[in-house]
Amino acid sequence: MVALPGSIDAESKQPLVGSRRWAASDEAKGLTLISPTLLYALALLFLPVLIVIAYSFWSQDYLTIDRSFTLENYRVALTEPIYRDLLWRSLTISLVVSVITVSFSYPVAWFISFHGGVHKNLWLFLITVPCWTSYLLRVMSWKVILGYQGVLNTGLMSTGLIDTPVTSLLYNSNAVIITLVHSWAAFAILPIYVSLEKIDRSLIEAAHDLGDNKVWSFLRVTLPLSLPGVISAFLIVMIPTVGDYVTPKLVGGKDGVMIATAIQAQFGKGANWPLGAALSVTTMVIVSAMAGLMVLALKLFVRRIK
Amino acid sequence: MADTPMIEIDAVSRYYGIYRALDDVSLDIAAGEFFSLLGPSGCGKTTLLRSIAGFDTPTSGDIRIDGHSAIDLPPNKRPTNMVFQNYAIFPHLNVEENVAYGLKRLKLNADDERQRVGNALEQVRLAHLSKRKAHELSGGQRQRVALARALVMRPKVLLLDEPLSALDKKLREEMQVELRTLQKAVGITFVLVTHDQYEALAMSDRIAVMFGGRIAQVATPKEIYQHPLTRQVADFLGGMNFMQAKITSESAVNLSVETTRFGNVTIAKPKGFTANNGQATIGIRPERLRVLWDDAKADCEVTGHVVDRHYFGEITHLIVDVPGLEKPLSVSETNNFGADDIPVGAPIRLAYDPDALVAMAD
Repeated sequence: MVALPGSIDAESKQPLVGSRRWAASDEAKGLTLISPTLLYALALLFLPVLIVIAYSFWSQDYLTIDRSFTLENYRVALTEPIYRDLLWRSLTISLVVSVITVSFSYPVAWFISFHGGVHKNLWLFLITVPCWTSYLLRVMSWKVILGYQGVLNTGLMSTGLIDTPVTSLLYNSNAVIITLVHSWAAFAILPIYVSLEKIDRSLIEAAHDLGDNKVWSFLRVTLPLSLPGVISAFLIVMIPTVGDYVTPKLVGGKDGVMIATAIQAQFGKGANWPLGAALSVTTMVIVSAMAGLMVLALKLFVRRIK
Repeated sequence: MADTPMIEIDAVSRYYGIYRALDDVSLDIAAGEFFSLLGPSGCGKTTLLRSIAGFDTPTSGDIRIDGHSAIDLPPNKRPTNMVFQNYAIFPHLNVEENVAYGLKRLKLNADDERQRVGNALEQVRLAHLSKRKAHELSGGQRQRVALARALVMRPKVLLLDEPLSALDKKLREEMQVELRTLQKAVGITFVLVTHDQYEALAMSDRIAVMFGGRIAQVATPKEIYQHPLTRQVADFLGGMNFMQAKITSESAVNLSVETTRFGNVTIAKPKGFTANNGQATIGIRPERLRVLWDDAKADCEVTGHVVDRHYFGEITHLIVDVPGLEKPLSVSETNNFGADDIPVGAPIRLAYDPDALVAMAD
């Protein structure tokens, strides 16, 4: 969870000559430097997660918490059709969102990195501009665009492409996907851009020199070498979108409800914290497993291209 | 060069805005030749090499490879392969996969491919490292991978962009010999870009010396060293003692000059020679001046006294002031006879061969 200096294992194997020497070592300096962050992360990230996990094994007894161990919450979370459906929908939406976001972001990042010329920084700056406004405002503005009388419908009608407004744009999972893709694009472009920037251009020239045309050199050199960026983009988008609460609430309507809404309900009106905790932990475990699978799948895909 | 040249560079120019990286360069390179492009950084040698490879497109002019114009062909359609300056080894592939990279596009059967990769790795003596990744290789090994990866394609021309500049001196000298041997074994035309004159002299069949986007001289290493056409070429390829001499007579091929301390000599007239107020620039290499010990005699002598001395192990550089010369002479003498013990300030006699004097065009 918190990255410690890599040297810690190797160092500690050596016999300690004296605590004084250790206090002056690079390791001690490193630990001192990261200690505020480390303590902050432990207090506000690690402990709450532990508490949530603990709650998930307890049960609600009206106004009090029964602290005897039980797996009942997990049975409900995994077998109740409503939670299964919500979880399934959340995972599908986040997977679709991350696939679309990464596929849209890759060409953008590629263009900036390879053809941005002297204006690379300007392009990157422009990409971050939408993030200057509040997340809520950006989601709300999609309501204006996608609504029944929205920008998209009136625009399409005035061009004569459609006669009646399209109703499938807002208050369903499509709207959630469209909004999330837009919100997360910048976070996907940046890691991909960074990994593309790191590629030595002479490698691409070498690929051309050895007979590859532009498509093959992209598939055999650029794509595999930018894979770390693609993987981080995937994870950066996928993990938070599974648990997104605001977007489905605002543009999702009835069909766009995701697991976070159910969790919120258990901690709020439902007043069943243990069940909410169990749902959270289940989501966390499944998302981690899915993220791991995604990484493996991408790596296999690239190995196949060789 | 009775056959058509392997590479014909025909009036190639390359402008970057108003900067001329290549200025009307024409050059023929014969098949099977080890050809070097030599010059200081920014002289256009790399631009020329990249134009042959197809990575850079000349503003005007034509490049023909094996008789066919290549100017419109992308790099992957040209019968050339390149060894990059930083070797450009694919970091995500191992040695074997790097070498096989280009073969994948040729759709060979698995056995042929394996055999060609194996042969190429044998050729550069890397067969034992075939499973290593790029980051597990030393500089010299990376260079061999880059060589094998290019040679396995059986190109008509192998282009080498300063391939030895990243190696330490000892390894560089070993690789010079090895590259030369390899070139003779495979019989492919090699075009080498380098800024190291000793590298060019040691390895090449012919050298083109470039300055400011233009070719100053194309000749064999010996010719270029002994008869540099211009002051710049002479200076770039080792030391040279320059002096002005008065022209007494001039024929189509020869110049007779009167020098202040080297007597009256008749020397070959360089191509493109123009007299400057009846004066010509002539020169003599430092190692063509020999120290005369004790009462030894020589047909041609100059006398002066030592003003400075630099010790280089096997040789010593003596700076000798000769009355009547505008600059002191630089003399390179082996230490076999004790040149390193000559005290500064001592009088000294130097012998020379009048044939060692050369005239330069500017």
